[in-house]
Amino acid sequence: MTRPRKRHQLSTRIWHWINAFSVAVLFMSGLNISNAHRRLYWGEWGFEPEQAWAFIPRFPGWATIPGYYSLAIAREWHVLFAWIFSVTLLLFLIVGVLNGHFRRDIVTHGKDWRPGAIWADVRAHLRLQFDHAGAKYNFLQKLAYGLVMFILLPLMIVTGMAMSPGMDAAWSFLSEMFGGRQSARSIHFIIAWTLFGFFVVHVILVLLNKPAKNVGEMITGGTADEAA
Amino acid sequence: MKRRNVLVGLAAFLTAGCAKISKSETFTGLVDSAEKLHKGAQRMLGGGQALAREYTLADISPSFRGNGNTEVDSDDYRAHLAAGFADWRLNVGGLVERPLSLSLEDVRALPQRTQITRHDCVEGWSAIGQWTGPQLSAILEQAGVKPEARYIVFRCADSFGETPYYESCDLNDAMHPQTIVAHQLNGEPLPVANGAPLRMRLERQLGYKHAKYLTAIEAVDSLEGIGNGGGGYWEDKGYQWYAGV
Repeated sequence: MTRPRKRHQLSTRIWHWINAFSVAVLFMSGLNISNAHRRLYWGEWGFEPEQAWAFIPRFPGWATIPGYYSLAIAREWHVLFAWIFSVTLLLFLIVGVLNGHFRRDIVTHGKDWRPGAIWADVRAHLRLQFDHAGAKYNFLQKLAYGLVMFILLPLMIVTGMAMSPGMDAAWSFLSEMFGGRQSARSIHFIIAWTLFGFFVVHVILVLLNKPAKNVGEMITGGTADEAA
Repeated sequence: MKRRNVLVGLAAFLTAGCAKISKSETFTGLVDSAEKLHKGAQRMLGGGQALAREYTLADISPSFRGNGNTEVDSDDYRAHLAAGFADWRLNVGGLVERPLSLSLEDVRALPQRTQITRHDCVEGWSAIGQWTGPQLSAILEQAGVKPEARYIVFRCADSFGETPYYESCDLNDAMHPQTIVAHQLNGEPLPVANGAPLRMRLERQLGYKHAKYLTAIEAVDSLEGIGNGGGGYWEDKGYQWYAGV
């Protein structure tokens, strides 16, 4: 053995922070874009209040990018960071498959899904006990990270692309698979807030469980031994 | 400090930073690159002339929202409206071999294309309508676009305050089979709110590209010196010229 293996590999750490920043910019510029038309619809079309299934409140300036209403500037931030977010996510997913990160740390097994095992994990969380021998992450962590990395974040890209008229001409199956452009827009909005929910829980759990160590490790990498 | 306050503080920090960056040259440069990347990627994936999806009669939305200017505030336009646009002219000029001045009858006499397409507004809403009119390519071929022309500019009768509305596209979008000069919506002459008597349809792009109350089509080699040089009324206000996203 030469150097001890890092708890978080360099690729994970770089992606984590670029992704955190990109998603924050996308979310906040997205709230500004939402202010341009504060109704959501299902299907291909929708523009009148009576066609809407949801009425969205106006998001205040402190929560949006830029900090005042500007659809033009918000869209510039949104489509620029969409590229950064998408390309880094794609690279991270490729690297994570190649270096075994997902297989080793994220993939769950049949026995993890037994109700008893899940219940034990839930109870441990409720008692704020996060020490778990053996694996790097417990079941709920694997489930949450897997859901975010493999399903929710990619769905944000696909629903975003489905809303673009140019993309719709090139790849019309994108909006068709969500049941229409307005459905894709609604799903984009719902997942954005689901990801915000993940962010809140993620940050709270880090704060409750050795925050300095956990955040430090996501920067320096830490050592794999401490995890066991 | 409460957690919520920390979150608000962080958000405020991010927005304040972003407000500064929004105005910097580096940021505008990056945004322009992202816009070019989008245009290049979409045209690569679609082979340049991909067709926007066309729908059936059953898919047409019960009404078609008029947005932006929904009427033209000028005596001249009101006189044309009262006369059923009998003397309305669509002038085709700029870098062309044979400038044209088309009446509505001339426009209707050209080979027609009817398409049921979805209109996507930059604000986020969509409507589906059936549009009829000649392809812009047929008009441009009749006029003979000179080889040095790079853009087609659309002049409009409406204005916001003193600033006239206008739009532009490149030759790829101008020659696209679904780019038509529409004079009908859902089988009826265009309603005033939707751009009577003539409006553009550029089906792979957002609503603000679809110039209404069309008075002239101009072939140019540069967008500089037209409006504020952005290539359109909304583009001059900071919206992206390539409106395919």
